[in-house]
Order: sequence, then C-alpha cells, then structure tokens
Amino acid sequence: MKKILLIPVLLSALVFFTLYAFKDISALGGPKPDADNVGLKLPEGFGALKVADIGAKARHIVVTPQGTIYIKLARVKDEKGIIVLKENSDGRAQITGGFGNYGGTGIYMKDGYLYASSNKEVFRYKLNDKNEVIDPNNPEIIVKGLKMGRQHETKSIVLDNDGNLYVNIGVPSNSCQVQDRGLRSPGIPGCPLLDSAAGIWQFKKDKLNQSYSEGVRYATGLRNVVGLDWNQQNNQLYVMQHGRDNLNSSWPEIYDTKESAELPAECLYALKKGDNAGWPFMYYDGLQHKKIVAPEYGGDKKKEADPKYLDPVVAYPAHMAPNGLLFYTGNMFPEKYKNGAFIAFHGSWNRAPEPQKGFFVVFQPFKNGKPSGDWEIFADNFAGTPEKASMNKADHRPCGLAQGADGSLYVTDDAKGTIYRIVYNKK
Amino acid sequence: MKRVLMILLILTTGGIKLSAQTKGKKAPAAKPKVVTGAVMANGKKIYGQYCLACHMADGAGVPNMNPPLTKTSYVLGDKTRLINVILNGLATGEEIDGETYTNIMPPHNFLKDQEIADVLSFVRNSFGNKAGGISVAEVKAIRAKNTKK
Repeated sequence: MKKILLIPVLLSALVFFTLYAFKDISALGGPKPDADNVGLKLPEGFGALKVADIGAKARHIVVTPQGTIYIKLARVKDEKGIIVLKENSDGRAQITGGFGNYGGTGIYMKDGYLYASSNKEVFRYKLNDKNEVIDPNNPEIIVKGLKMGRQHETKSIVLDNDGNLYVNIGVPSNSCQVQDRGLRSPGIPGCPLLDSAAGIWQFKKDKLNQSYSEGVRYATGLRNVVGLDWNQQNNQLYVMQHGRDNLNSSWPEIYDTKESAELPAECLYALKKGDNAGWPFMYYDGLQHKKIVAPEYGGDKKKEADPKYLDPVVAYPAHMAPNGLLFYTGNMFPEKYKNGAFIAFHGSWNRAPEPQKGFFVVFQPFKNGKPSGDWEIFADNFAGTPEKASMNKADHRPCGLAQGADGSLYVTDDAKGTIYRIVYNKK
Repeated sequence: MKRVLMILLILTTGGIKLSAQTKGKKAPAAKPKVVTGAVMANGKKIYGQYCLACHMADGAGVPNMNPPLTKTSYVLGDKTRLINVILNGLATGEEIDGETYTNIMPPHNFLKDQEIADVLSFVRNSFGNKAGGISVAEVKAIRAKNTKK
C-alpha cells in the first residue's frame, strides 16, 4: 500500500523538478542587462550589465569559459597587479583574489596558459583544466629586459597559432625630436630609438628568459600600440597605433590648432613580418588619405612620404587613443558583427582647444577578412554626458575588450574600474 | 595700548613674511606682485599658446599624462621650483600629489621673462588658484642663476 502511494508522489516530484529545471534554464538564457544599460548608449537590441566595480585602473581583460575573469591593473593595488573575479549565473562577479605584484596592461590566455606583462617583462602562469592559475606566485619569465620609458611604457601582448608571442614596445618619445615635444625641435637623424622600441617584437611563447637578442623585430615604425589582436580568419596580426601628438604646439607655423586636432589619423594596420609603418618619419593624414612627411623630418603638411611605408587598412579620427582591439568570433550578436572588429577608444586629450573625442567603443565591419563599410560607434557615453567627454572629466574610459564564451562583449574602464558586459537580447 | 599691540602685530607678521621670503629663495626679495588685469590677459594669451594643449583650458591636466595645475604645491608653493619648471621643463617622472605622469614637459626657456612672469601669475590666479603673482625680476634672477651654473 505504501509503495503504491510512493510511485505517484515520486512521479509528480520528478515532473515538478523537470519543469523547474527547464524554467531555470529558460530564465538563465544569459544574464539580463541592467535597466539603464550601465549608462551606455547601444544599438537596438543590445543591453549592458555591470559585472563589477573593482575600483582600480583596469586595463586588458581575459574571460574564461568557466566565468573566471582576469584583469590587468595599470598600477598595483594591495600588492596585486592582476585581479581575479568569479561570475555568478546572473552575470555579476565578485573579486576572489589577485596576484602578480606588478603594474602593466597586457593579459592574454592561450593553450592552457595565462600570459601577462609588466612594463618590462612578460610572464606566464600555467592553468588547470578549469582555467585557474595553479601557482600564482611562481610564473615563468618568458621575456625580460624590455625598454620602458615614462611614456608609451605599456607592453600589450597577443599570441598566434604557431607558438609565437607578440609584444608591443612603445617608444618613449612623441616624434623622435631632439627635445621631445619641444618647440620647433627637429627629428634626430635616423631615429636610433627604432632599434629597441617603436615596434612589435616576436618571441617564442614557451622559451624562458628571452630578451631582444632572442626576439625578432616583427614590425617597426609604430609609435605605440595598446590595442592589438590576432585575426583568426586571416591568421594575421592587427594593431591600432596611437598616432603622434603636438603638431601645433611643436610646429605652430605649419599647423593651426584645428589641423592639429584632426591630424594624424589613428590607424588600424594589418601586419606582416618586416612591415614598417613609418614613425617618426611620416604620419598618415586621414583627411587627404596620404602618407605625409613629419615636420620634424622636413615635412610641410603636404609633402608625401616614401611609398615604401605601410598603408593603414582603416584610418580613424585623430588622438582618440585606441586601447582595445577585438575581432568578434562569437554567435550571440547579429551576423553583421561576425569577424568584424571592436575598438575601444580611450578618449583624446591632444585635440584641445578643440572639443575632445572618443570615450566609446567602435564597430568596424569586416567581410572576407577585409574592412568593409564604414565604422560606427557601437557603445557610447562611457564619459557620462557629452559635456564630460574629456580625459579629466569622464566618469569612465573604455580600455580593454574581451569576448565571453556566450559571445557577450566585455569592456573595462581604467578610470574607476567598472567592468561592463554587453549582450544582445533581441531574438 | 591697543595701538601699540596693533603695531606689534603688524611688525611681527611682516617679519615672519619677510623671513619666509628670504628663506624660500636667495633671489632679491621682491614685494609680492599685484596681479593686474593686463598681466592676467597677457598670461592667458601665453597659456593658450604654450600650455593649454597639454594642461587643458581648465588647468585640470590629463590623468596619468599631464599633471593638473590646480590645487598643487607645484603651482601654489615655492616660486623658484615653479619658475624652473618653465625654464627647464620637467622630465623626472616624479610623483606629484600621489600620482605619476608620463609625458615630458619640454623646457620653455624661449619665453621672455615678462611672458613667464605673466603666464605664471595667470596660472596662480586661475582655475580656482589664489596665490601671489610672479615678477619679471624673480624670473630674471632665477634664469641668471641657472646660466651661471
């Protein structure tokens, strides 16, 4: 008798829990955006939620399929240069720890290792099968002894599929002048700084203690790169250069303040080994669509540079400081985003006294591995209001980008440390 | 009695002021310069031409790159150090009020004594700053001392 009663009870319990489980899954369907999209302006159908506020200068970011987030800090906070967060199912994350007593920008995950850079070295940490760092206190030193000046000191990193690590070595100079940023100061002939900076260096991903002599100067003539990514479709390195400053303040007789605000373009380059993008001898004029000789090297804003220098694949408005580049390979966003590039423009300062520009994430469509169609502002209003879109007033400044396992787009902010997650919720 | 006290008070404060000035710099102890409208106007012009590109129209600078000119001892404090920043630039990367700044400030020794005095007087009395002006004599003395070295 008791047994007979038990069966319907068990059955109904089974039905109940099955339904409940499905209800849970449908409720999951991905994290829900915040009501205000964390203040961001996004295209129709997109929303944003605040993953966390870490209260530190958050630079580049890695998100694992298991929902662990690694964030590189520009400056060490409480002896931690990498912050670790764990996501809940609702998309919020808590700080669970940190390691790496060095500031920097670069962080990248590939083939069971987490790579991170200080402003002089690249370290790597072995990951377990849950993509957790096994021994945070004893990383391997992959690269050391890289030059670091006061400006353009960060070392962004990315890996290819053939065992190579690419490191940006920015040059501690604006335009290789005798007196950096000085009035009418000429360029140093030949610019000797190019031998150990102003380019992308290639190293082996698993060889310890490499430095300049073990590395290859993969591409040169790049003043400073912060945003870079490996394009899987083309199997090629793409970088965003931070173009030169101070055309008016160094050369007031040649450039007025308006021209100085609009020149030169911030350029996206597709790199091959041996490429030379021309810094400091030239800059790319995005209005004339020409490579122009730099005033430090005899330019008059019209004279065209040697055609041997690499052309950009896309030129964006001047001084917007591209700090993050990500090729989107996810399935969450609509088809047009697939294989296109997201670029986080940190925001300008060298457009003054003209209004500043940037403080947004741009989408650059790609088709068959080539830029196709005009770029558009994808996520705007990190600054808070249009009036606050300047470096010293902006509430937030977008910096690093990462793609989540579900295809959502993560954006870091190095002003206050807000971590955003942008999702698509229109079906 | 009250009058005597007042005189004493004036004398002591005057004395403190004088001794502070002589301690601060060995250059001629010029009287704190009154910042006139003409000085402010000229200073603003110089600022727009040579300073604004990096320090911004509101003097607030650029985080991590170019230091602010507001509420900082570099602007409001020791005049000698301030005048030397204009003459020699600043490329040491030192911490300024707890933050570091990456960009080099090139020397602006091509500016005339009058231009430096005016622009510094302008900066010390703009963006919420309130401090005494800087005289041509003060700039001249420090420039002379630098070139003697």
